[in-house]
Amino acid sequence: MKAYISVFKLRLNNGLQYRTAALAGIATQFFWGFIIIMVFEAFYSQALIDPPISLTQLITYVWLQQAFLAFVMLWFRDNELFQLITSGNIAYELCRPSGIYGLWYAKLLAQRLASALLRSLPILAVAFFLPQPYRLPLPADPLTFILFAATLLLGLLIMVSLSMLMYISVFITLSPAGSLLMFGVTGEFLAGMIIPVPLMPEWLQRIVYVLPFRWTADFPFRIYSGHIPADEALFGILIQLIWLAAIIGVGRRAMAGVLRKVVVQGG
Amino acid sequence: MKLYWKYIVILFKSQMQYRTSFWLLALGQFLVPFSAFAGLYFLFERFGQIRGWSFDEVALCFSVIHMAFAISECFARGFDSFSVLVAGGDFDRLLVRPRGTVVQVLGSKFEFTRAGRLLQSVMVLIWAISQLAVDWTVLKAITLLLMVASGVFIFSGIFMLAAAMCFWTIQGLEIANIFTDGGREMGQYPLNIYQKWVSRFFTFIIPFGCVNYLPLLYILDKTTGNELPYMAAPLAGILFIVPCLLIWRIGVRHYRSTGS
Repeated sequence: MKAYISVFKLRLNNGLQYRTAALAGIATQFFWGFIIIMVFEAFYSQALIDPPISLTQLITYVWLQQAFLAFVMLWFRDNELFQLITSGNIAYELCRPSGIYGLWYAKLLAQRLASALLRSLPILAVAFFLPQPYRLPLPADPLTFILFAATLLLGLLIMVSLSMLMYISVFITLSPAGSLLMFGVTGEFLAGMIIPVPLMPEWLQRIVYVLPFRWTADFPFRIYSGHIPADEALFGILIQLIWLAAIIGVGRRAMAGVLRKVVVQGG
Repeated sequence: MKLYWKYIVILFKSQMQYRTSFWLLALGQFLVPFSAFAGLYFLFERFGQIRGWSFDEVALCFSVIHMAFAISECFARGFDSFSVLVAGGDFDRLLVRPRGTVVQVLGSKFEFTRAGRLLQSVMVLIWAISQLAVDWTVLKAITLLLMVASGVFIFSGIFMLAAAMCFWTIQGLEIANIFTDGGREMGQYPLNIYQKWVSRFFTFIIPFGCVNYLPLLYILDKTTGNELPYMAAPLAGILFIVPCLLIWRIGVRHYRSTGS
């Protein structure tokens, strides 16, 4: 466990070095946030029937999404890991006296946390003080906030275990870009990153609800905005835990499977 | 021009060496705007219209901007990854060759996989045209072509500007993404749905309004008064490349090798 924690710390420090990149990222995300909100504002201004999620809730959704992008983006890749696999340097990793799944998990987790730490606080801080109607409201009560924090963290763990599956698939395909891009795009759509889940048509929502992707982004954000009530949220946490256990289980088995077959060529 | 063509052929051959990877990437590139388009469709299914614009009209807008973006990403990709050239000192080699720097940088990279993105936007465009009840004239068709061309020039101009900044900063600037990716995202909808300051900025500073809003009004017969300025607006967008080229030249003169 200690080894995992030190890998985690190392990566976290490493990620925190890139402050200029983070600043540029923040500016970009603000711009995106504004554009998306304005588009929804325009849609809402002439809606004939009341949409299933209010504009304030939607704005909350958008800002949280921008602030925690590093948590909820499936497409957050670590080229170093890809190179390890494709170049054969994976052999070194295999020599290490700790499980490779846990090691990589810690790496990926730290990377996302570092990126989010740098970006989320400034974005949230500014979003809280924006003029209406763009302001990000505070959560309704402390309980909502605690539930939000808990589900967001669980969502992050699910997200990392999902992306572990992507890395494991590279052992088989050896060419990361194409298949992962497709997986990423589909997953993000199903997590409600393109349009929020409540605005999707019924039939699509039904598909989204049986897949794990929405538990990473859509679920915590809707708890914060009050769109999902507390009792439902508690039940949701249970489902999150089940998904997490299931995906990690599959990932560990798949990892063991591909490692048994891995052939490292010299050179 | 002949030189550029040669560059392209060589790059095409080298990319075709990894065939499966190529097709998968092209397919992925097809899916990216496809998911955005699906999102657009679902929103219109729920709301019906956006500030008086119907789905077909916005689809036309969407396809033009995505097509322009895909084409310019195909061609001007070399500028996008220009920071690598500068930081590695490889730009020196370009300078000693007896050709213009712009052609060489343009030819340094060519992303054929963006064809997937292009294909998607062509499909949306055809679909939008078939759905719209517009009586097409030659002038309107020309305007449509100019819209795409104008978009290509603006996106390439921004890529070039961002690359020119590397002469001073050495590092790549992520901030330019606001104007390329952000411009594309914003250009999916007609400009007048946004707040005034956004639409002003993107008409007078970076002329996306000349690509997808003013000429769109003309094509859809929504203009009032003289039609000529609406039609000619894309030409103004093309002019955007001129200051970008100038800044590029200043940048080249400023260039100091990193020496590595």
